[in-house]
Amino acid sequence: MENQFLVDSEFLSPEALARKHRLETDPSARTNHMEYMPGMERIESDVCARVMEQMNAYDYQKYTARDVRAALEHETCSIEDLKALLSPAAEPFLEQMAERARRETSKHFGNTVYLFTPLYIANYCENYCVYCGFNCYNHINRMKLTREQMEKEMKVIADSGMEEILILTGESRAQSDISYIGEACKLARNYFRMVGLEIYPVNTDEYRYLHECGADYVTVFQETYDTVKYEQLHLMGHKRVWPYRFDAQERALRGGMRGVAFSALLGLSDFRKDALASALHVYFLQRKYPYAEMSLSCPRLRPIINNDKINPLDVHEKQLCQILCAYRIFLPFVGITVSSRESARFRNGIVKIAATKVSAGVSTGIGDHESRYSGKESDGEAGDEQFEIDDSRSLQAMYRDISGEGLQPVLNDYLYV
Amino acid sequence: MNNDTLIIGGHEFHSRFILGSGKYSLKLIKAAVEDAGAELITLAVRRANTREQENILDYIPEGVTLLPNTSGARTAEEAVRIARLARELGCGDFVKIEIMRDSKYLLPDNQETIKATEILAREGFVVMPYMYPDLNVARDLVNAGAATIMPLASPIGSNKGLATREFIQILVDEINLPIIVDAGIGRPSQACEAMEMGVAAVMANTALATAGDLPLMAAAFRQAIEAGRKAYLSGLGRVLSRGASASDPLTGFLRD
Repeated sequence: MENQFLVDSEFLSPEALARKHRLETDPSARTNHMEYMPGMERIESDVCARVMEQMNAYDYQKYTARDVRAALEHETCSIEDLKALLSPAAEPFLEQMAERARRETSKHFGNTVYLFTPLYIANYCENYCVYCGFNCYNHINRMKLTREQMEKEMKVIADSGMEEILILTGESRAQSDISYIGEACKLARNYFRMVGLEIYPVNTDEYRYLHECGADYVTVFQETYDTVKYEQLHLMGHKRVWPYRFDAQERALRGGMRGVAFSALLGLSDFRKDALASALHVYFLQRKYPYAEMSLSCPRLRPIINNDKINPLDVHEKQLCQILCAYRIFLPFVGITVSSRESARFRNGIVKIAATKVSAGVSTGIGDHESRYSGKESDGEAGDEQFEIDDSRSLQAMYRDISGEGLQPVLNDYLYV
Repeated sequence: MNNDTLIIGGHEFHSRFILGSGKYSLKLIKAAVEDAGAELITLAVRRANTREQENILDYIPEGVTLLPNTSGARTAEEAVRIARLARELGCGDFVKIEIMRDSKYLLPDNQETIKATEILAREGFVVMPYMYPDLNVARDLVNAGAATIMPLASPIGSNKGLATREFIQILVDEINLPIIVDAGIGRPSQACEAMEMGVAAVMANTALATAGDLPLMAAAFRQAIEAGRKAYLSGLGRVLSRGASASDPLTGFLRD
């Protein structure tokens, strides 16, 4: 079964609709997704080749229960062991994997669970990514926060007690340029201890500028490491360029960022291969930049406005848990974030096994924190959401629930130096 | 035994258990102070950088000395900045230098640590550098003004015990400052073993933080450290660990 991503909006002009259909049906109408566009920085790196070599050779059907048992017995998890742990043969060993993952998490992170919240400051987007609520052909309320609106949102969030913020935008250089994002970072430094960014990939000097503005962590989701599938899902815009996106974390580190985060969006392609590639992307980059802090997340596809049928297909909670355990066993020292795309029940369970960071008080819309946090009627407009969240717990509720599980919620463990 | 005090930078301590930072919880601090007898508690400055209501600074009991650390620093310069910030926050003059350029094993960077020790000792800090046990580096740290030397037993959080045992023994034998074993001590028996070797104190965190019964484990550490210390002072520890002497003296043939 496949997701039915393509939805036509009645608000598009006949010309726009024709162009959209052509992009969807005629590959020759699309640009070469492996070719850099003007202005995109190219860096020398062998990380991509190493990851892709492993992923392309990965035949998960060949692994057996014996390989999985051996992987669980090894003190250090090798790449081969990781492949076994991600294979279907490991599914019956989920409980043992969880036990091992829990031990590793406890050794490296103790009982701590970090909390953060995302802040979407704009939802304009110049890309046509068929599964995303922000895609340029989707008819949604578009909005970009002014400086005053941003500050108001940040105040509301900071007043809730949150100390770490992740600033997000849609991928539009025209609407959300670097200086606009830089100003958001400077403002956020006044209200939060830690500022992270999840924006369109940029060049090294631009990452350096954003770092100077106060951001220290950069998240870029590769979405899928399957370049053929990537080409079929990201039909237009800068985001279409797969290799420029792949090297984003490396450019961010060269630009002085302390940490970088990685992910594939599970449900887009073969999730076992995508999970392997994500873990190896971290693994090889960490070997090259050993001082960098690395983290992984594991989002699954969610419904969006105008398409409530989108779902993560064969990536059920069991498979998600298997992947998270495999990540933890292979990379015991990395942070693992589980977002509000997942249910409260799943998140309560997974923080005891493998996850070290969860979001709370989440909105994926623009400018609606005051109405969400206080229940007050919004006095202004709001921009629509990127996707539907599942776990809508507030910071207070999340803090209480995590403490209730015998874990220690942590709001900050970071200094900007 | 009552006069057997540990002196660091002119300050006197009766306990030889130091609580490390990292896995932080108020329950842990309570157990460390009440059950393990800790008088020195590490505090990551970055962790104290919070508005949380349960602020760790407010929870440190009277009579306990704070040992702020520079975790998060990747260079000497960053460590110095964090140490100065700790002083501004009112954390006192003690500072544990931690400089890591490796996010996987969290191994300390000895070269940068020497540089930071020199700067901070000059500024009047009581400097306790966390280091990989290397004799030359330890001597450089002494010359740079360190108050103690803190070699790692094994990688942080690994619970692997005294993986660097032989090299720590060399430091104990050759360096005239208290040697405090930091990182890797996973169980009370390992703490006891380190103390038998002549180590001045033991720092632990994960071993306590992840124990089933925190106060009980804290008490076990206290007893193990005291037992190891007594064994060392009795003179037996060295003999046991270095091999027994032959029953007929090898030099019995000497006449005058």
